[in-house]
Amino acid sequence: MADILECIDLSSADVRSAPIPERAVGLMEWVAAAEALGRDTVELMGLWASRRGVHMALRRPGTGRLGLLTYPTDSSFPSVGRHHAAAQRPERAIRDIYGFVAEGAPDLRPWLDHGRLGVHHPPGTATPVMEMPAYDFLPAEGESLHQVPVGPIHAGIIEPGHFRFTAQGETVVRLEERLGYAHKGIGSLLRGAPIARGTMLAGRTSGDSTVAYAWAFSQAVEAAHGMTVPDRALWLRGLMAELERLANHLGDIGAICNDAAFAMMHAHCGVLRERVLRAADAVFGHRLMQDMIRPGGVARDLRADGAALVSDLLGDIRARFGALVRLYDNSPSLLDRTVGTGRLSPDLAARFAAGGFVGRASGRAFDARRGLPYGPYDRLAFDVPCRSDGDVNARIWIRIEEVRQSLALVEQILDSLPAGPVFADLPEGGSGAMGLGLVEGFRGDILAWIEIGPEGTIAEGYLRDPSWFQWPLLEAAIEGNIIADFPLCNKSFNCSYSGHDL
Amino acid sequence: MALITGFAIQGLQMLLVLALAPGLVGLVRRIKARLMRRPGPPIRQPYRDLLRLMRKEVVLAENASWLFRATPYLVFAASWVAAALVPTFATGLQFSWTADLIAIVALLGSARFFLALAGMDVGTSFGGIGSSREMMFASMAEPAMLLTVFALSLVAGSTQLSTVVQVLHGPPGVGLRVSLGMALVSLVIVAIAENGRIPVDNPATHLELTMVHEAMVLEYSGRHLAMIELAAALKLLLYVSLIACLFVPWGIAREGDPPVALALGIGTYLLKLALGGAALAVFEASIAKMRVFRVPDYLGVALMLGLLGTLLLFVSRAL
Repeated sequence: MADILECIDLSSADVRSAPIPERAVGLMEWVAAAEALGRDTVELMGLWASRRGVHMALRRPGTGRLGLLTYPTDSSFPSVGRHHAAAQRPERAIRDIYGFVAEGAPDLRPWLDHGRLGVHHPPGTATPVMEMPAYDFLPAEGESLHQVPVGPIHAGIIEPGHFRFTAQGETVVRLEERLGYAHKGIGSLLRGAPIARGTMLAGRTSGDSTVAYAWAFSQAVEAAHGMTVPDRALWLRGLMAELERLANHLGDIGAICNDAAFAMMHAHCGVLRERVLRAADAVFGHRLMQDMIRPGGVARDLRADGAALVSDLLGDIRARFGALVRLYDNSPSLLDRTVGTGRLSPDLAARFAAGGFVGRASGRAFDARRGLPYGPYDRLAFDVPCRSDGDVNARIWIRIEEVRQSLALVEQILDSLPAGPVFADLPEGGSGAMGLGLVEGFRGDILAWIEIGPEGTIAEGYLRDPSWFQWPLLEAAIEGNIIADFPLCNKSFNCSYSGHDL
Repeated sequence: MALITGFAIQGLQMLLVLALAPGLVGLVRRIKARLMRRPGPPIRQPYRDLLRLMRKEVVLAENASWLFRATPYLVFAASWVAAALVPTFATGLQFSWTADLIAIVALLGSARFFLALAGMDVGTSFGGIGSSREMMFASMAEPAMLLTVFALSLVAGSTQLSTVVQVLHGPPGVGLRVSLGMALVSLVIVAIAENGRIPVDNPATHLELTMVHEAMVLEYSGRHLAMIELAAALKLLLYVSLIACLFVPWGIAREGDPPVALALGIGTYLLKLALGGAALAVFEASIAKMRVFRVPDYLGVALMLGLLGTLLLFVSRAL
């Protein structure tokens, strides 16, 4: 048992500065790792497959050390999900896309594949199948239960996902999610693609986190090449990531309140979000800062008056945000909806290693910027807000606190932005090297893994959205709440469909 | 001649409510948008929406029955008649002998009944959710409304709306009454719930799981939807007119008044509608929607106030 924990020995600095060593493990060690996950002595950071086998990224919560285990296979692997529930959906996705079967898995239904991929090992040679086989939803039995199917097409303009409620009157007895409608085959598209195209794809995995994704992907490429990025580029990346976080958190705070029909917050938060986006557009030339981060640095430097523009933005947000927070805190009708709704227990959040505001609102104080530090955050001062009440209100407050922290971070970045180049060319070669990237997006920690192929291409790549470990918790958080409160809970989680469906 | 004039004025009233109803909805939306610092759609937008819907094809579910097709017209007819019975700019109109408060409650109740049935007719889960929520609210709102009606009728000695308005308006008038204050609060609460406004329901929501009225009519399209939207607008107008004619009756023309009084009545009526719409918009912008299960508590307040108002009048006619 001890030896498997010893495999998880990479510090954050090791992961970020050098290619990650492949640690091929046998059946015994793989199962031992799965059992360790089941006992909560390690956390699952990601479970995915490549042509060579199945990979598992682990973290020890005590020491913060990382490890990457590979189980070489071309057909099946021992199920991790039978010991650790959070691994079940990744395993189902592996089977859908790679055809590797998790032996002994409790759930063998397809996940991302709706019967239309027709893909099995080796992946990437897909012919679409047009018929759609039935999907067995989990049963719920009892007196006077009824089912409410919602989606994948919704009344509002949101991403596609199906929710199957089993309810007794208004009370939700069971919620089951059905995702995969936004599957784009990012994995297959990455395979053999040039690195520039890979960065583009990564930046489009989940549009609202385009900066964080591109950064995580770039980190992975840079680590695989063992290169260091110019300092100024790191700081600019930090600036972009914080602007993205600000925009998304401001949008979310308003949108959650809007789901309780409190349109005033929505309108005013919308104005603030728009200001952030316009500032980003003025400074970097793109509202969402898409394609600004690339392996080696950033695509363009700050505009000459960029720092002043961002400073103005900070002043503007500071001047108005306080009043909005007071409005939220002084509206009993709104607090009545958010307090105590959709409670997620700290125990579950820890077991699923939920990142982002979902985890931090339920007592898991992990933030990749602090827990697995990377530049420039290792040189910046900021707090990681954490609460343990785990309801919608807590998730709003975590966002509010993070907006304040982001404002402070942007200020620090502007104050001490180093001079110098913003881009360094990637070294040649590196074929066969693997790199891991871990970046805190606004939803939580995004993991990127790539293997460099010949002539500067990507042999394989994988991007793990934080939503993988948040979606299942939404099912738990809604239990016992009423159906009409689901939109509120869902919006407070705000998981990504596109990032999850890959 | 008097008969012809009477019918003409009655006809004018019927057309007036029909013509004004979408405008009131447009006004409320516009003011709300302004409060949110958006320009908002023009006030005439609901008229355009109705025209657009009238021109559109009706899409029917395969298993929709005759009830589903008939309901929009039933609901529209009931709402229109009910709205036309409320004195807007003049009392003592040709049909005012039918304008009984209880009849108005009954007309609205039957419209709701058919809409709830139609919501369940196609068998989608949203229609069922909407219908069950609507009936849950109605089981509280209707008795509250009736008790308010009783309180008013005890003061005025009649359930006929036209007479009630004349008695309350005076001369000699009834002065300030505790029971009337309670009736006002109760009626406002019921009006908000009946019209599916925030905090009970959100007419602008895109979240199918939180809808009440919108969930019931989710399957409707084309001219059917136009009828239902128009009926909803008429209902909003009805409640604003009802509150206006009972509690701010100034300016309403009486039977036999000269045309100038009628014109003045129409002018003040428009003003009252605009003020009512503005008040609704401000109220809606300042409050969040309440939990579904809190609505009965909220309507319980209306029920209690209606009951207290009625009881007080039994204690003393002067209260």
